[in-house]
Amino acid sequence: MTLLAFFLWNLAKVIVVTVILLLGVAYTVLLERKLVGRIQNRWGPNRVGPFGLLQPLVDGAKSFLKEDLIPTAVYRPLYLLAPILSLGCALISIGVIPFGIPHAGPGGVDLFEISDVHIGLLIILGVTSMGVYGIALAGWSSNNKYSLLGSLRSSAQLVSYELALGLSLVGVVLRTGSFSLRDIVEHQATRGIVTWNIFGGLQILGFFIYLMAAYAETNRCPFDLPEAESELTGGYHTEYSSMKFAMFFMAEYANMINVGCVATLLFLGGWTSPFGDLIGPFQSGLVNALLSLFWFVIKVFAFLCLYVWVRGTLPRFRYDQLMNFGWRWLLPLAIFNIVGTSLWYAFR
Amino acid sequence: MHVILFALFAVFCLAGAINLLVQTHPINSALSLIVVMTSLAVMYLLLGAEFLAAAQVIVYAGAVMVLFTFVIMLLNAGREERTRGSSVARTIGLPAVVVILAVLATIILHVQGLGNTSLGQGITTTEELSTVLFHELLLPFEVTSVLILIAILGAVALARVEGSSPDDAERTGQ
Repeated sequence: MTLLAFFLWNLAKVIVVTVILLLGVAYTVLLERKLVGRIQNRWGPNRVGPFGLLQPLVDGAKSFLKEDLIPTAVYRPLYLLAPILSLGCALISIGVIPFGIPHAGPGGVDLFEISDVHIGLLIILGVTSMGVYGIALAGWSSNNKYSLLGSLRSSAQLVSYELALGLSLVGVVLRTGSFSLRDIVEHQATRGIVTWNIFGGLQILGFFIYLMAAYAETNRCPFDLPEAESELTGGYHTEYSSMKFAMFFMAEYANMINVGCVATLLFLGGWTSPFGDLIGPFQSGLVNALLSLFWFVIKVFAFLCLYVWVRGTLPRFRYDQLMNFGWRWLLPLAIFNIVGTSLWYAFR
Repeated sequence: MHVILFALFAVFCLAGAINLLVQTHPINSALSLIVVMTSLAVMYLLLGAEFLAAAQVIVYAGAVMVLFTFVIMLLNAGREERTRGSSVARTIGLPAVVVILAVLATIILHVQGLGNTSLGQGITTTEELSTVLFHELLLPFEVTSVLILIAILGAVALARVEGSSPDDAERTGQ
């Protein structure tokens, strides 16, 4: 492939994936409002468009058109940098995520992945750990007590749960022997659901640790203390308005989608079908490609629904409970999971 | 391509390092340090050390620097005061830097086996790295981990208030 073709393909992939991700973010917000509405026995947004389907567009337009207030006492450079950093980090990690079968495009182009790297998993972890700065700086530069408290909580929470998050993935890496997300998926895809990492790889404990640590990492209920509105009025984004506020929200939902993608890839067999070779591979390459995309999207969607379900049903933790849970339960369990998995693969 | 990237991130790295010294506010200095560390990660990647690059971002830029900014935010540290600096530093500072650089350069140029990696030469996989680390260098690796453990225990012992158990601290409000 020539350099020009390479450049054009990648540019096209980046644009398409980013647009789809941002649309996904918008409709995840709608999904959340709808589902939480039904859980609380009300309808949720249903006035704009059929079934309220145009609500995200209207919300976006409203955010754009609102007056952008910048308080006078903020530290301007960092105040402006923080939402960009937050959203940027949330959007970057989609770049290494494979959504479908490799080499699906004409001439063997990887249509469903922006870039295939050896250390995809580590890149996702690294980008996630950089995302903290957006929230931390937002709270600090706002020059507001509530914002500062929110971002302090958030930094402490992210640093604590990042350990458990990272350690919960070691079992998967032990089984595959690779950091490449594509290798990880292909290794667990041999016999459908039976060989998925969550069951066949005996990583069901790792999966639940990942799930809980990921909820804390994305500041979602029941770990949404950084923006606990009953205590902090809004947390780290109290002083933000208009599109800057919306950027923090988009970052949060983009992170939810990322977490869903990573969980799908690492534990739930990625783009492969749960029935293994019972259904397909078909003769037509197009059908195979679309089917792989379908399975990936359906798994991520199920994950997002789980997120909303948890938000609709669980109350918020107290702060000391949060720290106790992270350090006294999740971390030892993750270490136990690593030791157990290592022993299994060493002596089986 | 490699040379362009190297030059770009070398400039970032040096600019971050100079900014770190020039800035008076601790949080700006901390952020400059993050720039330096991430630029270093790109350098490692250009030299083919992909695991080291990822570890640099996750551990240094992600975890260590978060703690730095966390402490700065928690203490609400204000601007530094500008001083004229000590006269000793002004007189022997520059010569000392030159001497240290000269010594380092001599050592690097004379030691065998150093400097046989060049830009864009190919990637050292994580497997190769771990083979070296856990076969040939196992003893130093384990000794280092014991050292880190001792440091952690020391930090806990120092931070603990005399005569109080962790449960007391919890009851009196974190």
